Amino acid sequence: MNIEQEITQSTLRIVGDTSLTHEQAMMNLSKIPGQFVYGFLPPQGYGRLLNQGVLSDLGEGYAPICPRYILPDYDLFLKKGCSFLRIDPPKDLFEAIEALKMFYRHIPSITNFPVYLGRLDRMLEPFIRDEAEARRLIRHFMIFLDRTISDSYAHANIGPEATLAGEIILDCDYELQNATPSITLLYDPAITPDAFAARCARNDLACAKPSFANDAVYKNAYAGEYGIASCYNVLPVGGGAFTLARLNLKAAAEQAQSTEDLLERVLPEAVALNCAFMDEKIKFLIEKSLFFRSNFLAQEGFLHLDRFTGMFGVVGLAECVNHLETLEGRAGVLYGHSGAADSLAHRVMTRLTELVHAYQSPYCAVSGGHYSLHAQVGLDIDIGVSSGARIPIGDEIELYAHLRHAGQFHPYFHSGVGDIFPFEVTAKRNPESMVDLIKGAFSVGMRYFSAYASDADVIRITGYLVKKSDIEKLARGEAVQQDNVIWGLGEVQNSHILDRKVRSL
Amino acid sequence: MIAALVNRILPFSSVDGPGNRTVFFLQGCNFNCGYCHNPETIHVCNNCGACVSACPTGAIRLVEGKVTYQRSVCCACDACLRACPRDASPKVDVMQPEQALGILSGNLPFIRGITVSGGECTLQRDFVLALFRGAKHMGLGTLLDSNGNYDFEQDEELLPVCDGVMLDVKCADPDAHRTLTGQSNELVLKNLAFLASVGKLEEVRTVVVPGVLPNEDTVRQVCAGLAPYWAAGAPIGYKLIRFRPLGVREGFRSVPVPNDESMEHLRGIALQAGCANVSIL
Repeated sequence: MNIEQEITQSTLRIVGDTSLTHEQAMMNLSKIPGQFVYGFLPPQGYGRLLNQGVLSDLGEGYAPICPRYILPDYDLFLKKGCSFLRIDPPKDLFEAIEALKMFYRHIPSITNFPVYLGRLDRMLEPFIRDEAEARRLIRHFMIFLDRTISDSYAHANIGPEATLAGEIILDCDYELQNATPSITLLYDPAITPDAFAARCARNDLACAKPSFANDAVYKNAYAGEYGIASCYNVLPVGGGAFTLARLNLKAAAEQAQSTEDLLERVLPEAVALNCAFMDEKIKFLIEKSLFFRSNFLAQEGFLHLDRFTGMFGVVGLAECVNHLETLEGRAGVLYGHSGAADSLAHRVMTRLTELVHAYQSPYCAVSGGHYSLHAQVGLDIDIGVSSGARIPIGDEIELYAHLRHAGQFHPYFHSGVGDIFPFEVTAKRNPESMVDLIKGAFSVGMRYFSAYASDADVIRITGYLVKKSDIEKLARGEAVQQDNVIWGLGEVQNSHILDRKVRSL
Repeated sequence: MIAALVNRILPFSSVDGPGNRTVFFLQGCNFNCGYCHNPETIHVCNNCGACVSACPTGAIRLVEGKVTYQRSVCCACDACLRACPRDASPKVDVMQPEQALGILSGNLPFIRGITVSGGECTLQRDFVLALFRGAKHMGLGTLLDSNGNYDFEQDEELLPVCDGVMLDVKCADPDAHRTLTGQSNELVLKNLAFLASVGKLEEVRTVVVPGVLPNEDTVRQVCAGLAPYWAAGAPIGYKLIRFRPLGVREGFRSVPVPNDESMEHLRGIALQAGCANVSIL
């Protein structure tokens, strides 16, 4: 098939697909040229590793028009307004919410929707005068977000302090049971009151959010403020990530003859190519693409070029280690189940960290001059590859051991990592018990904890949220408003998301 | 010798007191309630060996005349419990307090406390005391689940290391209580008043059994006893538990589950008496 035929076929398939909304069809069409047009060239040798599945460009295309993840400085916006959009600084809650609604509409990302909505409680709290009015306005604001941002990568942050705005957001979210926005509590047991944390745990069980981020660790992630965006990505506010390019450790191990061969030949080549690939893409974004040269977000100081970095994504640590054990004649020695396998996993991650940190790039001063390791959640088309450093679904271990294991491996991934635990419905009677678990987990190194109860409709797929009822609709061929339900359906079919071990508590 | 017979350990539980706790269930009880939903915890094994041939995996064996149990081989089919003629689970571990504390310390830092239940754990009081002392040393909370047939007032060592007792008040009427449990409720009612008066009553539980027990009378008497403490702000909870015919012995299998209306009626009585924390299970 030549390019013209491929474009024709892709276009007609999208235009005629009755399971897409108008917006989804438009966005899918917009992705087509990027698969054929090369605004920059990948480095020599990249194509080979791409074909082997060792590296992935995550479908960003070769002519990006904006950075992948953008975390605007919303505090500045609420203080100064925006001259390009002709928005004055808001004076009350109604105006603040209206201003944000307009502003969000103009925040792009890889999904074409904002992936970061700011520290919503802290942003709204100063405007609250009357609680009843605040409840009504915030409730409708949250409905607006779900119905217009058709994508649950949109992420609001709350905490670590308890606020009335935070409480109202939680109450509305509990009642509304929407998938969007995703929410994370920036949790520090020394700052966040137990009652507020328990309220968050109650919500987490009922609708899979908020997740809990280890604020005491993450607040030192970068100079200046950080935010949790998209799935669980830890990025600088006033910046973000230019791009995310990933290494599949399982596929890498399959190219190796032995552990030594992986560590000394396969990984060095893959890391060098993945980093060089990001360099080329970022150079194009900065020098050729319109965003940093003309977009008002950059021009009015809501974003700063020097607060962006690139994310080095990793998947399949578990399968990599299990494969290496087999190669070394120890088949059945499994990641998460054996101290020897876990030691090997540490060897792989230590070597990978060393290689990634040794590659100096001019585009990531904010993350120490090198790209930032990230536990990528996976793609809907991945089969038999676990997210980041997670223990595979179906292979889970006893809860406390699992949390300790996560605590050992989370610290490798500076720009985001997380584990997900479904619980029996009995846990809902005592959300404080989940807070106890999280406190323990954070004290042994865990960085990000998500949960949901086994009867919840809104669930966390790999990092993002989807309503199970929407997955069922889409599986019947009906269109659904939220676009990432399609990834959720793929994950359910290919990665057995609904088969995660349900923990009784 | 303060080893105990441990029926089961739950590393994490959200239903046995505040927060996340590790729970020890001890074997043996001095009540013999008709509606007990885990009757295999009532008696202690007498090494008759009836369960040995019932065990499909060889987890239970007779060694030098004693029934021994190997947890790692057990397939949890419960064939042994069905074969036992005297409601005495052979699936118990003989455990010293040091072993129990070792297991407990492995669950730090994920728990805020320990709950010891049964059976009736006060029958193995020395073990409980040692366990609580060790748990306190680790900074953990300590709760005890009891049928109330133990004179807490006479024990000067236990309550100082026990944060609170979760007390079963099965029946206030003495005769009905004796019929149900085989024992007097004199100590139970004394403990209700005593534990409340010394601030060691965490919660009271009453199982509601329609047509068999004078449920409303029990709830009213418990409430009458606790009303002054509730009025003074004591956070004593009251759990009203629906009888369910799961796991019970022959005589109670056809007893119905109480309906929502009757449970709400009982809740209303407790609320009116000033209890801020009534729950229906």
